[in-house]
Amino acid sequence: MMTKLSAMLALTTAMALATGAMAQEGEPIKIGVLHSLSGTMAISETTLKDTVLMMVEQQNAKGGLLGRPLEAVVVDPASDWPLFAEKARELLTVSEVDAIFGCWTSVSRKSVLPVIEELNGLLFYPVQYEGEESSKNVIYTGAAPNQQAIPAVDYMAEELGVEKWALLGTDYVYPRTTNNILDAYLKGKGVAEGDIFVNYTPFGHSDWSKIVADVVALGADGKKVGVVSTINGDANVGFYKELAAAGVSADDIPVMAFSVGEEELAGLDTANLVGHLAAWNYFQTAESDANTAFIEEWKKFIGDEDRVTNDPMEATVIGFNAWVAAVEKAGTTDVDPVLDAIVGVEVPNLTGGTATVLPNHHLTKPVLIGEIREDGQFDIVSQTEPVPGDAWTDFLPESAKLDADWPGKDCGMFNTETNSCVQVQSNY
Amino acid sequence: MIRPLIALLVALCLAAPVAANPALEAVIADNLEGIEKPSRRTVEPLVSRIAATGPEGLELLSAWANRALGVTEDGRLLIVEGGTATDAVTGQPVPGADPKMLRPNSGVRGVIESALVAGEIASPDPARRAAALASIARDGTAEHLEALRTAAPEQEPALAAQRMRVTNLLAIRFDPDPAARVAAIEGMAGDVGLDFRAALNPLLATTRIAAPAEPQANIARELTVGDDDFPREAAIALLTTQGTLQPRLTPADQRNALAANIVDGAVGGIPVADLSDQAARDRAYEALEAAGTVSPAATEAEADAAIKAHRFFETYAEPNSDVTDAARAAQTRAQVRLAAMTGIDLGLDALSLASIYFLAAIGLAITFGVMRVINMAHGEFIMMGAYTGYAVQTMIANRTLSLAVALPLAFAVTFGAGVLLYRLVIRHLANRPLETLLATFGVSIALQQLAKNIFGTQARPLTAPAWLEGAITVNDVISISSIRVAIFVLALLFLGLFLFIMKRTRLGLEVRAVTQNPGMAASMGINPDRIAMMTFGLGSGIAGIAGVAIGLFAQVTSELGQQYIVQSFMTVVVGGVGTIWGTLAGAGLIGGLSKVIEFMNPANTLAAQTFMILFIIIFIQFRPRGIIPQRGRAAEA
Amino acid sequence: MTRQPFILRNPSILVVLALLAVFTVTVTALSQAYGSGTVPTSTVKVLGKTLCLALAAVAMDLVWGYLGILSLGQMAFFALGGYLIGQWLMYARTEGIVAASLAQNPIPPTPAELQEGVANQIFGVVGSSDLPLAWSFAHSLPLQLLLVLAVPGLLALAFGWLAFRSRVNGVYLSILTQAMTLALALWLFQNDSGFRGNNGLSGLQNIPGLEAVDQATLSVWFFWASALALALAYVLAAWVVSGKFGSVVRAIRDDETRVRFLGYPVEGFKLVVFTLAAMITAIAGALYYPQAGIINPAELMPIASIYLAVWVAIGGRGRLYGAIIGAVVVSLLSSWFTGGRAPSIHLPGYTVNWVDWWQVALGISFVLVTLFAPKGIAGIFDRLSGILPPQRHGRDLGPDQGALQEQEAKA
Repeated sequence: MMTKLSAMLALTTAMALATGAMAQEGEPIKIGVLHSLSGTMAISETTLKDTVLMMVEQQNAKGGLLGRPLEAVVVDPASDWPLFAEKARELLTVSEVDAIFGCWTSVSRKSVLPVIEELNGLLFYPVQYEGEESSKNVIYTGAAPNQQAIPAVDYMAEELGVEKWALLGTDYVYPRTTNNILDAYLKGKGVAEGDIFVNYTPFGHSDWSKIVADVVALGADGKKVGVVSTINGDANVGFYKELAAAGVSADDIPVMAFSVGEEELAGLDTANLVGHLAAWNYFQTAESDANTAFIEEWKKFIGDEDRVTNDPMEATVIGFNAWVAAVEKAGTTDVDPVLDAIVGVEVPNLTGGTATVLPNHHLTKPVLIGEIREDGQFDIVSQTEPVPGDAWTDFLPESAKLDADWPGKDCGMFNTETNSCVQVQSNY
Repeated sequence: MIRPLIALLVALCLAAPVAANPALEAVIADNLEGIEKPSRRTVEPLVSRIAATGPEGLELLSAWANRALGVTEDGRLLIVEGGTATDAVTGQPVPGADPKMLRPNSGVRGVIESALVAGEIASPDPARRAAALASIARDGTAEHLEALRTAAPEQEPALAAQRMRVTNLLAIRFDPDPAARVAAIEGMAGDVGLDFRAALNPLLATTRIAAPAEPQANIARELTVGDDDFPREAAIALLTTQGTLQPRLTPADQRNALAANIVDGAVGGIPVADLSDQAARDRAYEALEAAGTVSPAATEAEADAAIKAHRFFETYAEPNSDVTDAARAAQTRAQVRLAAMTGIDLGLDALSLASIYFLAAIGLAITFGVMRVINMAHGEFIMMGAYTGYAVQTMIANRTLSLAVALPLAFAVTFGAGVLLYRLVIRHLANRPLETLLATFGVSIALQQLAKNIFGTQARPLTAPAWLEGAITVNDVISISSIRVAIFVLALLFLGLFLFIMKRTRLGLEVRAVTQNPGMAASMGINPDRIAMMTFGLGSGIAGIAGVAIGLFAQVTSELGQQYIVQSFMTVVVGGVGTIWGTLAGAGLIGGLSKVIEFMNPANTLAAQTFMILFIIIFIQFRPRGIIPQRGRAAEA
Repeated sequence: MTRQPFILRNPSILVVLALLAVFTVTVTALSQAYGSGTVPTSTVKVLGKTLCLALAAVAMDLVWGYLGILSLGQMAFFALGGYLIGQWLMYARTEGIVAASLAQNPIPPTPAELQEGVANQIFGVVGSSDLPLAWSFAHSLPLQLLLVLAVPGLLALAFGWLAFRSRVNGVYLSILTQAMTLALALWLFQNDSGFRGNNGLSGLQNIPGLEAVDQATLSVWFFWASALALALAYVLAAWVVSGKFGSVVRAIRDDETRVRFLGYPVEGFKLVVFTLAAMITAIAGALYYPQAGIINPAELMPIASIYLAVWVAIGGRGRLYGAIIGAVVVSLLSSWFTGGRAPSIHLPGYTVNWVDWWQVALGISFVLVTLFAPKGIAGIFDRLSGILPPQRHGRDLGPDQGALQEQEAKA
């Protein structure tokens, strides 16, 4: 593994040296950045746009790619889902980009999928998501449920002794599907129906008193209660405040959040949150040389010492590096050769390991559990070996029999019972 | 094997009178990996071994639990406190050490704390005794029961009561003598505390079994097939899971069986092409059964026979029937009180929500009542107030003081904004309410985007002072966070203030006059324009205060106003315009109803909101002028 | 007296139709599918969608500009149209996929299995596998097309009947329509209601049965369909507001009570226009979303309807062409400014980035239009053709609303 890596590095360096002089001469290679710069998702997505721009700058400083400079085409889909499809079409047909880095919410991804598949584009999607999808034209660099939700629940059951579960989520597809998977998984582990409480709230919900009271009341049958939170964004503030006001500490009822990271905690009063948990594949506090270097470069690039890094940023970095490696391997930026080349590509991640692109277009990722500290960072209390991402969860009967294998079977939705491809295009 | 040697060498090198603890050293050396990467499930024996090594061991455990323990490259454990490191074994300071800090997870910390607790119960420090009791209450064991019973009597009355309670609860769970358990249960019967119910409910947990005859077990009751809580399907499912009954054929199994038996393009004589019909599939399967190719599936007759041959019981996991009887009696006694208290708690929640809606809507009601214009930017005034609170808090660190500054400042800022909006826009659109609505909507989107440009799209913290944190708790069921009580008081205060202004001041008199008949009021020397401006400012100012209040318990974002504006409209419209009592009634109705719907459908808060709005739409059909309609000439305008 | 033909009494219709025809031919000639390819497919889609928005604006103008009801829930009908056509698009597309997949089984599928497979494909992503009742007709295009008209129409009829019967009007009615669209949006947001919650219906640009036709061609076809719908709806709307019916409608706008006292069934007139507008809006939605590709409940949040009102107000209420101008100009400007391609303005010490400031500018310009140009852009045409509003400036001469003002008295 190491030899392959160092060979690759050597190759890159050699190419950079050889082509350095003419790097800026060739026709630029265009990549699209499809992140919302305005609207509700802007706060999260703008960071990822900046990350891509930083990676492009670094790559150009290294002499570009295949001897040509990289050029980022930034568009703003403005948190408007139909606009994502429109802008994706524009990027692929008007700007003619070779790869797109973008999307955050599942619905935005579902919006661009048909366009990307129709025009045979290449999308790198950097956010943890609900799984149940594998497209020929998408590389999922965020976590699938088995790389975040399942290990997190295992941790709660084993390390915190949680026996009774409150699955609280914002009412949209990621919490819904994640909770469905968790529900099936917990029942499979012998948790009774009555020991799982599910609640969905609207986006930006603020009146949490009743729900917190419900959660506290779950403790009435003497079992340790744990909350698995897929509550999105700002609504978390009110939730944690109410929890603290009710006198519930992380020792009484631990909350495991899947959508609360450094960026969300930055600028918040974290006193109420200390000791609660989050599960990601990366924390800024991860101890590795690559991470230290990345944080330093990021702060320099953005010109702000207080800016934090987070999991989707790491996923973006991995995606970018994987694409660069695949393009170099394929010797071209055409989508099909790059897709052939990218499977099996190994790039270092920021937590000290490597991420491998799997045949189902997901990655291997370690699962990290962190406890929230006063300063808005996380104490990493658990870290697993890299887990291969599973596009179709094994815990729902309908998708357990499905498999995705692009180089092998040329299919993202392969029914292993009937040995046939259900559909080549994605399920959107 | 090398590590103890090195440790020994290091200890020798220090060449000081070393109060070493060889037993601890040995335990550490053997279990270094377990200490570095502990797991809640396996750490307990290790913790007891360390605890058994004496005071240094306890010291180490407490440092470990407090995340003050580090491990050096050569495998020594250092206790790091305030920047100085001391060797955990020798107690010697280790200057210039750079240990890797250990971060045990909270499950492991709980195990360590529970091991330390026995000693802490007798601690001279009351705070530590209280913490120990809390820790036992959270995660008690049979040993703790022993420790509690043998510990010296508690002198502090509050702690003594708490210790009594914890001891009783542990007795219910762990006492080997059933009589003592029954006594403990009866002693607490009627209590609605969560901890008591948490002790009772596991005793009353039941499992269902099917057996040919009455089993030797603590039977809760016998079930009759066909009852509401035990339909025939449940009996069949139970028998199937017990293995007494063959599972019935699912369509998928049937299809697979058929597919496995295709002979010459036909199954059981029926062509495959015809099998797209369930009846044909059934016939084919029956043919296969008749031929003996597939094993017959359970039939209805078999199921009936099995049900007839069995009796169905619910049995307690707890073997002693005296204990379960006492527990059941205690639970029954608690149930009625519990229901009543849940009702009261729901009522408190509803009251709190109503007071929030009231605060948010009161400003709107004033402007709507006097000028008949809907101010779509009202929500943005709420937001402005919340951001004022945030801005003040970034400048003044003392939270009580900053709140004291923020409330009047928010009023002043939004009062100013309201007056400005009136002078610049609304005054010029007099008697054109729909256009006012749209113009103020333009102001609303501009203000919202402006807030995004200034403060960013991320939620900003607005933290309540410490004396407003926490909750007012009557018991484990009835509790309400202090901040909500404060908002309720604030709402009452504004109700009083509003009534005072309206009934007792010159301004109020003039406002009432303009509301009733602007023309006549103008003829009497009142300047309607000035009055409208003042009321608009007043309404906006109250919105600003509401913003601070809402920001304290929720989040401050640029969309804060949006979330409350629709509810505020509803409150005003449902209540009826023109009177403060109408707004109050509207807020009460909407708050109460929201909570009742939420109570009936706890899994889906969104559904509660949907039904709420539907209810309002229908309500308006029957009382188009609201709960308390305005009467007299003003109503005709 | 012989009545002039309807068209001749409304010369603006011919102008609008001619402009629309020229526009359609130009776009077609420049499109990738049928012409030079100067206009990329994505732009054709944008233009097609803009025509649909213009269509919705015409309906909004009927309700607001002519009937005087400021409906803040008009986009609910738009989105309903989209959802109803989306149901068929999704179902039929998925059915094809599932049927092909099941055909590989040794045993041919039963209809129940086929339907279960389709439901699983559509709802698997939101964790359900039963086909909800609301999808009972999704397999049939004619039925679903009928529903595109029937469901919004019936909703408008029921809502209007309830509201108008109770004499809810003015600001109250606006708030109530807003509540209606909010309730509908919240309901659709729920996964349990069977419309895939926040994910909505997606992949709508792939038309079942037309898989062989590429998007470049499809986009032009939809553009034609949108233009045709706009032309027909414009003529229909113009016909409705002219003549005696139109006079009564405008009279209701100006003084409802007086019309009622004159013996007209005010509620009936209001219901007819309200329902008709809802159905036109639904058609606009049904044409819009196959071009957009995805519909989700965010599309019918109250803000969308308010924007529709803003377009009509800026374009000029009470003039049908004003609505079209407003929708086209403002929505295209909006997408240009928020698209990040508008050049930033560099002031000393601060750079005005249009992505951040466009909303502010829009909000302020909207206030300005309401204050200073209540007739909107169409007011310019009025002025050109010599229709001038009375000069309502100066102080009221009497204490009551609507009293003459100083300068009117002089004139």
